[in-house]
Amino acid sequence: MKKKPNKRDYSPWMFLAPYIIFFTTFIIIPVAAAILLSFTYFNAIETPTFIGLSNYVGLITQDEVFMQKILPNTLTFALIVGPGGYILSFILAWALAQVPKRMRTVLALIIYSPSMTAGVAMAVVWTIIFSGDETGYLNSLLLTMGVLLEPIQWLQSPEYLMKIMIFVTLWGSMGVGFLAMLSGVLNINTEIYEAGYIDGINNRFQEIIYITIPSMKPQMLFGAVMAVVGTFQAGAIGVALSGANPTPQYAGQLMVNHLEDYGFIRYEMGYAAAISVVLLIVVYLFSKVAWRLFGEKD
Amino acid sequence: MSAFQGTRMNPSKFHRSQLKFLAFLIPLAIFMALPIVYIFFHAFKPIDELFAYPPRFFVDNPTLQNFVDLFTKTNDTGVPMSRFLFNSVVVTLIVVVLTVIISTMAGYALSKKNFKMKKAIFEINTLALMFVPAAVMIPRYLLIDELGLINTFLVHILPLLAMPIGLFLVKQFIDQIPDELLEAARLDGASDFQIFVRIIIPLVKPAIATIAILSFQLVWNSVESSSLYVNDEGLKTFSFYMSTLTSTVEGNNVAGQGLAAAASLIMFVPNLIIFIILQSQVMNTMAHSGIK
Repeated sequence: MKKKPNKRDYSPWMFLAPYIIFFTTFIIIPVAAAILLSFTYFNAIETPTFIGLSNYVGLITQDEVFMQKILPNTLTFALIVGPGGYILSFILAWALAQVPKRMRTVLALIIYSPSMTAGVAMAVVWTIIFSGDETGYLNSLLLTMGVLLEPIQWLQSPEYLMKIMIFVTLWGSMGVGFLAMLSGVLNINTEIYEAGYIDGINNRFQEIIYITIPSMKPQMLFGAVMAVVGTFQAGAIGVALSGANPTPQYAGQLMVNHLEDYGFIRYEMGYAAAISVVLLIVVYLFSKVAWRLFGEKD
Repeated sequence: MSAFQGTRMNPSKFHRSQLKFLAFLIPLAIFMALPIVYIFFHAFKPIDELFAYPPRFFVDNPTLQNFVDLFTKTNDTGVPMSRFLFNSVVVTLIVVVLTVIISTMAGYALSKKNFKMKKAIFEINTLALMFVPAAVMIPRYLLIDELGLINTFLVHILPLLAMPIGLFLVKQFIDQIPDELLEAARLDGASDFQIFVRIIIPLVKPAIATIAILSFQLVWNSVESSSLYVNDEGLKTFSFYMSTLTSTVEGNNVAGQGLAAAASLIMFVPNLIIFIILQSQVMNTMAHSGIK
């Protein structure tokens, strides 16, 4: 007698249950609460009072800092760091896949290592390098070389802060997206390439466009989503570098900083929640583009 | 057949044609490594070199004094450093193991099972991926308070177990496993659980290793739970302690610099070790051997 295969199939919910429980409790419920809060005035002490869309209306029509500084800053930052980091991680993953294993391991480790120095340690290193007096490494180097006559306040100057933020974030952006792409490139079946050559692929560029990228779509999508999410969520960097929220003349102020400014410094939680909902919508729209490019067609 | 021989992926040995990649990779790697190397040297600098002018990249007289100071220093409430380190290690281990298991199980169900709401759950998960943690801090605090988790050890662990990014990545990888392979196993009499353990897990090892690295970094570097949900000093973690060392209040003093330098290194090294252990999984190319 053959056993019925169905009897040994467990319910999908058995596999999903642990995830769903934690996901609902610690992510869904707080997010839903935050969305509700965005329609209220809430100062973190009194009970929230419902004020409808006022927070959103205020954000768009009255918050001059938001429209003039935060939004342009966030878009500039995201449009450079997002695609820049993404393309760089693909190129690096692709190049690394073509050197022998031992060398690849060492190089991948070094290239990945900046993203491990998250948070505090990173601020320690970069604030010393870009320190504003002559003891800062960059100032010291440029003074000795005679390029500068007096030290530049790198992190306090509106002119340089954003550039330094972009530089430091790109430096640390070879994270898990890069790792996933690396495993994606390495996992492409070599037979697909051979079939491609027979079908007339005759240069590297065609090979990348027609074989490499399509064969690793899931990893490319993961990398793209990580890049979008990561860049819009990277907010700590400007505040960590300049040591102040708001950053000097709002030069490095991103949406996340604005949110923290209102939420945890001014205690206007309802307004902060509205900012976070707007941020969510922006991130979502950008991710849709990534899905368009790399998502599977159902 | 065209003359183009194609790109040699994953070559087994060195060949001259690889030089052009190395010419670009090696200088870049050196450049990227500089701040990391700096973290190492900085931690071993004696106090006069930390403040030397002009600043020095390398250390002349390496000393372990910073580490000795760090470990013998107890904070104001009398909790020794080793206690924070112990807390961090335990919390991190538990979270990494559980996150990997939970996300892989969920990824399997979402990728290979058919049921109502499958699409909806994945869509919600993808949306959740994009929500900024800072935005939900207050509701989260109220919820954790409601659940009675404030000032417990569990508060370091439970909120981190569901990792939308982890589920997303694992599901993407499991999607690449052909259904035929699972059907063949099913015909051979394998149960769902056996399929999960014997086929899914080995084939998505790169994804598992990737999320293990990611979740390790998240937990190990996290200061949120210690600063928001825990008042009891003895329950706080090392990363929190480290952040107090570098905060502007304490970081400005002379002794604080040396401690912060040593603590940065201690924060960084475990990340490095985990990566070295798991990288061979990330870069392995096993998937085909099972699929072909």
